[in-house]
Amino acid sequence: MVLNISNSLREWLSTMMPETTAHILEMVIIALIYLGIFSIAGLFLVLMERRVAAWFQLRIGPNRVGYQGLLQTIADALKLVSKELTGTERADKFLYNLAPYFVIISSLMALGLIPFTENFQAFDINIGIFFLIAISSIGVIGILLGGWASNNKYSLIGAMRSGVQTISYELSVGLSLLTMIVLTGSLQLSEIVEVQKNGWLIVQGHIPAIIAFMIFIIAGTAETNRAPFDMVEAESELGAGFHTEYSGMKFAYFFLAEFINMFIIAAIATTVFFGAWLSPFGITESLPWLGIFWFLLKTLALVFLMMWFRWTFPRLRVDQLLTLEWKYLLPINLVNIVIMAWVVWQNLTIQI
Amino acid sequence: MQESTTINNFKSEEYFINMGPQHPATHGVLRLLLTIDGEIIKRVEPDLGYIHRSIEKMCERDSYQQIVHLTDRMDYLSSHINNEAVCLTVEKALELEIPDRVKVIRTIIGELTRIASHCLWWGVMGMDVGALTTYFYGFRDREMINDIFEETCGARLTMNYNVPGGLMWDIHPNFVNRVKTFIAHFKTKIPEFDRLLTENIIFQKRTKGVGILSKEDAISFGASGPVGRASGYSCDVRKYHPYSALDRVTFNESLQTEGDTFARYKVRIQEMWESLSIVEQLIDNIPEGEHRIATNAVIKLPKGEYYQKVETARGELGVYIVSTGTKNPYRLKFRSPGFSNLSLLNHIAVGGKIGDLVATMATLDLVIPDIDR
Repeated sequence: MVLNISNSLREWLSTMMPETTAHILEMVIIALIYLGIFSIAGLFLVLMERRVAAWFQLRIGPNRVGYQGLLQTIADALKLVSKELTGTERADKFLYNLAPYFVIISSLMALGLIPFTENFQAFDINIGIFFLIAISSIGVIGILLGGWASNNKYSLIGAMRSGVQTISYELSVGLSLLTMIVLTGSLQLSEIVEVQKNGWLIVQGHIPAIIAFMIFIIAGTAETNRAPFDMVEAESELGAGFHTEYSGMKFAYFFLAEFINMFIIAAIATTVFFGAWLSPFGITESLPWLGIFWFLLKTLALVFLMMWFRWTFPRLRVDQLLTLEWKYLLPINLVNIVIMAWVVWQNLTIQI
Repeated sequence: MQESTTINNFKSEEYFINMGPQHPATHGVLRLLLTIDGEIIKRVEPDLGYIHRSIEKMCERDSYQQIVHLTDRMDYLSSHINNEAVCLTVEKALELEIPDRVKVIRTIIGELTRIASHCLWWGVMGMDVGALTTYFYGFRDREMINDIFEETCGARLTMNYNVPGGLMWDIHPNFVNRVKTFIAHFKTKIPEFDRLLTENIIFQKRTKGVGILSKEDAISFGASGPVGRASGYSCDVRKYHPYSALDRVTFNESLQTEGDTFARYKVRIQEMWESLSIVEQLIDNIPEGEHRIATNAVIKLPKGEYYQKVETARGELGVYIVSTGTKNPYRLKFRSPGFSNLSLLNHIAVGGKIGDLVATMATLDLVIPDIDR
């Protein structure tokens, strides 16, 4: 959709200005659209999390501002915007102010690759999956910087834990996706979706694909620093961890980025394992615009799964977290790739 | 303490971190001075005094009826049992014969208080290991007990239901029915607690083999209550020195031998079952009679020293009164369970991670106003 719109937009713009200017203006407009998607999705996910948490916790949750509390997070965002930005006395001011942007840029860039529906994708490059993993790792630099520059020991412990955790689980995220790449033979997201017209990859790849999905969702939860892997924040241990010293909109950036990262992990899982915007059994193939509905349905179901983890599981300890990754997930993953390669070689995949 | 080690040319140095007095894991205004090497705890030094209200000194100024009210403010989660301890001491000194009805009601409310306290502890324990949902489940069931208390005593937390010589009022007509409803409700909820937290693999990994306290150490540190019993130290005051109506009920002392965080957790879960069974045995046969016997308006204890101990939700609470025959005690000393239990924190937390410290502290079930009177 965006691609189609962007083509017509570029044609329209180039009729009244030089080619280069039109191109830049087009990029700015698309960026603004994605910024809008980013904030709306972030605010909606915060509300969803609060309602889901309330549901698990025998509460009602926000239901006063707007219909069923739909405007609650907007009110919260307005409050955060109007708040004074405070900081610590001897913080490294430059890095302290820079840190939230690293986090937010990495999740915004990753959002651009998500194929919401056919053609609704800001850029579809041939190294799609690789780029996604690479760009989402930049976020950890923001967390490390924020924790370091805050001049607070609790923040520093949180940031160091985050570094250890993200670097470890990055391997599992990458390798579990690599398992699926063996099946698709392409890194490009649109081609991965194309392959799934013969059945979602989790069906095509059956056993190794299911194992890969389980590893991906565990490692993805750890990547986004959410419970049961919220070592970084660990409110009962470290107060608020790396963002203890952040307030107002800078805090909101970290907060929104966390939710968007969760959405991105769920969206990648949807794209790679559950057929992206394809409808189940092709029931709405004649109505391609329903793709966005199917995509969001699948993604939000996975987001719900991650929220379910958060509100039922206790937190792991930092050494148990590393044990889980290095002694269990990583070896299983390596074996799983070999199994998947064998399945593909022997042509044992299930095609519908 | 400033020892540094050299491993592979990387100099690892210890650093100091201040946990509290405003920290979510210290449940109140406890301040812990931690010496940490990376994530590993090298030394824990509790620093008290942030909520000291000189309750013992105030007791020397007050009459015995007034002292009962102050005890609510110590261990506010076992307020009824604290009141009972002072009343029992005064009644012992005056050699009063307390009606059976009072004894039974005191025991029932005492055990309900214990359940309420353990419910809150369970919720907070879950929260400390990162499972936020437990908090609301614990509070849901505690709420029912608080409602019963509100109806009978007029207060939910600081109840002041006991007076020397009996109870302030008789129980509310609804009391028996509501308690029975609660028993039926709570019997279905403890298994839910188990499903949500006890059986969770992450929770078990977090708590098993962490913060181990041996039986010898438990005795030498003066640990009591669930903390002592989890180390195999049989120390239930209700069993060895039964007071009120506890001599006419049968219950098992919940004992574990591992002495780790999980054992302390299990002891408290078992205690909820035991308390339920005590309440169940008594609720159907509350004897008829007076709810209070007359005492002098100004109580003067005979000259001498008096001691009475009770089992609160946290352990052994001792009340020691020295009287010179006047209307005020010459000296009143509380032996609080939390103080002894906190003293062993350094012993069991050293060598663990920060997360272990938080989990261990949660199972000590500290109530800071009880420690810092």
